[in-house]
Amino acid sequence: MWDYTDKVMDHFRHPRNVGFIKDADGVGEVGSMACGDALRLMFKLDEQGRIEDVKFQTFGCGSAIASASALTEMLRGKTLEEAEKLTNQDIAEFLGGLPEQKMHCSVLGREALEAAIENYRNGTIGQVQLEGRVVCICFGVTEEKIERAIRENGLSTVDQVTNYTKAGGGCGGCKDEIAQILERINGHLAVKESQPEVSKPKRKLTNIQKIQLIQETIDREIRPELKKDGGDVELVDVDGDKVILSLRGSCVECRVAQFTLKTLVEPKLKSFVSEDLVVVEAK
Amino acid sequence: MSRTVYLDNNATTMIAPEVVAAMQPYLTDFYGNPSSMHSFGGGVRRQVDQARASVAALFNATPEEIIFTAGGSEGDNQAILGTLELLPSNKRHFITTRVEHPAVREVGHYLRDQRGYRLTELPVDSDGALDLEQLERSIAEDTGLISVMWANNETGVIFPIEKIAAIAKARGVLFHTDAVQVAGKLPIDLKKIPVDLLSMSGHKIHAPKGIGALYVREGTKINPLIHGGHQENGKRAGTENVPGIIGLGRAAELALDGMSEESGRVRALRDRLEKGLLASCTDSRVNGRNRLHNTLNVSFEFIEGESILLMLDEYGICASSGSACASGSLEPSYVLRALGIPFTAVHGSIRFSLSRYTTDEDIDAVLERMPGIVDRLREISPFVQKEA
Ligand code: FES
Repeated sequence: MWDYTDKVMDHFRHPRNVGFIKDADGVGEVGSMACGDALRLMFKLDEQGRIEDVKFQTFGCGSAIASASALTEMLRGKTLEEAEKLTNQDIAEFLGGLPEQKMHCSVLGREALEAAIENYRNGTIGQVQLEGRVVCICFGVTEEKIERAIRENGLSTVDQVTNYTKAGGGCGGCKDEIAQILERINGHLAVKESQPEVSKPKRKLTNIQKIQLIQETIDREIRPELKKDGGDVELVDVDGDKVILSLRGSCVECRVAQFTLKTLVEPKLKSFVSEDLVVVEAK
Repeated sequence: MSRTVYLDNNATTMIAPEVVAAMQPYLTDFYGNPSSMHSFGGGVRRQVDQARASVAALFNATPEEIIFTAGGSEGDNQAILGTLELLPSNKRHFITTRVEHPAVREVGHYLRDQRGYRLTELPVDSDGALDLEQLERSIAEDTGLISVMWANNETGVIFPIEKIAAIAKARGVLFHTDAVQVAGKLPIDLKKIPVDLLSMSGHKIHAPKGIGALYVREGTKINPLIHGGHQENGKRAGTENVPGIIGLGRAAELALDGMSEESGRVRALRDRLEKGLLASCTDSRVNGRNRLHNTLNVSFEFIEGESILLMLDEYGICASSGSACASGSLEPSYVLRALGIPFTAVHGSIRFSLSRYTTDEDIDAVLERMPGIVDRLREISPFVQKEA
């Protein structure tokens, strides 16, 4: 069980400002049910431009509820200029600290606030749009978000980045890149989770054999799985170790299509054909 | 806090008072080493052998086929690693399932990633069932071992071990089953079912933690995991955990005693809990079909499992969840995902697991509290559309 502070438990048990503001001035929505946490934040300003009313709804764990509740308490009475200065650390501190693995809950709070302010100022839809290059496909985390979490929180390891942004917490395929971003920002070698160097006995395959094996694996191991959810996959091309696939049926619209590619399709091909294969989606 | 309502028995169980009583003298008076030549140790040796016979009786096996281990994980590891390395060098294919306990799953990944074995992890369908034809098709020339759990710890889904063992035997492939969740709960007759290796754990059947057993069918070649002295017939070195072994023996006797009445009683309680929860909580669903009588895994849509657990805890109710947040990883339960359960429902899943000590009052307590908890969390949830 997590070691939550009394203040976290208090805000979890008695969350402040739960609800919906019908004619809110700003609404921000972040996260999704698929990702395991989501937050909707709404505020209303008074004549002086101070936050007069603020409400939230959340889907998430104890610390997600507590973080959202804390955020609303901190926001009341602030101008948007003041509100903008709130960081995720401020939210965590207000609660007397959060377990390291739960810091992403405080980041979620800060993001919802930003989305709501954006929505007020520019009339945007109040959802965080992925800006910049997506580094972590599993959780849709961009380079910009990772950089920001590192700078603002003084992060130095890949695990910390995962705790603050979720990036790297799925298939783990983006960990190398996170290490590189850390290195670039911190200017020195990041501590990466140590992975034993193992040389696997490799099968030597000719190109034709490789393509055949890939096709077989798709037919036998992958397609039946996707079909269950009304989806399908087609092999478009093989370019060296790059396997180019196209998703069909319901897989196309699925928000976790990338997740499927990285956690189902790629591992299968790696285990049945070659460790070196990478799967990409045909554009 | 109110009285503890303990419904997390697939995680661990209460030590039976009879087990504590049986162990007690071995923590105080009878501390002799069973390997010693003197009669003070010899007396202990006889009790250890008696316990071995009691554990063997759980499976209709002979005492010689039982190795005492430190628990389920050790048994799983020894069964897989200890047999594969003795097979001919061309047998480098290991078949298991996608829903195994980490003690098997991680061994499979280790064999694949670090030892160059070929690994097949069989999928399950939305009920949690295996496709036996697919299992059969995946057996190849190089297949050395198949390991399939008897019942799943998260969903309680029971696999048809009789059939799987028969398939493996027909193809000349060794077969191991992780029986941690069924040992002591379902009758098991290894004289009739051609299982080669079976692991079990003491603390799931009201014995203490740190003791378990591995059944190795007579004639099956197996290497020890722990090398050293000649204990356990040379198959596991180290001075015996005598109090633990005595406790496991007593727990096995208790389990065998009145197994069918107990399972009927527990099933009735579980079914009442299941019906009650589905009736009182909308948008909830049971995960897995053909389940062990003590397990109920329910998903409550639109809310998250850790929050539910924290609220249950306030009422002294212990359960567990497949939610990512409760586990400290970011990925929700791989077992529930393997059943194709949508992420949304996995995040809000709760497992209630009962035992012979579960009472009517325990079930009442959950049925009384749960609807309120679900309502409160749904009040907060942005995914529940409320009429304005
Ligand atoms: S965890 Fe980042 S891509 Fe999978």
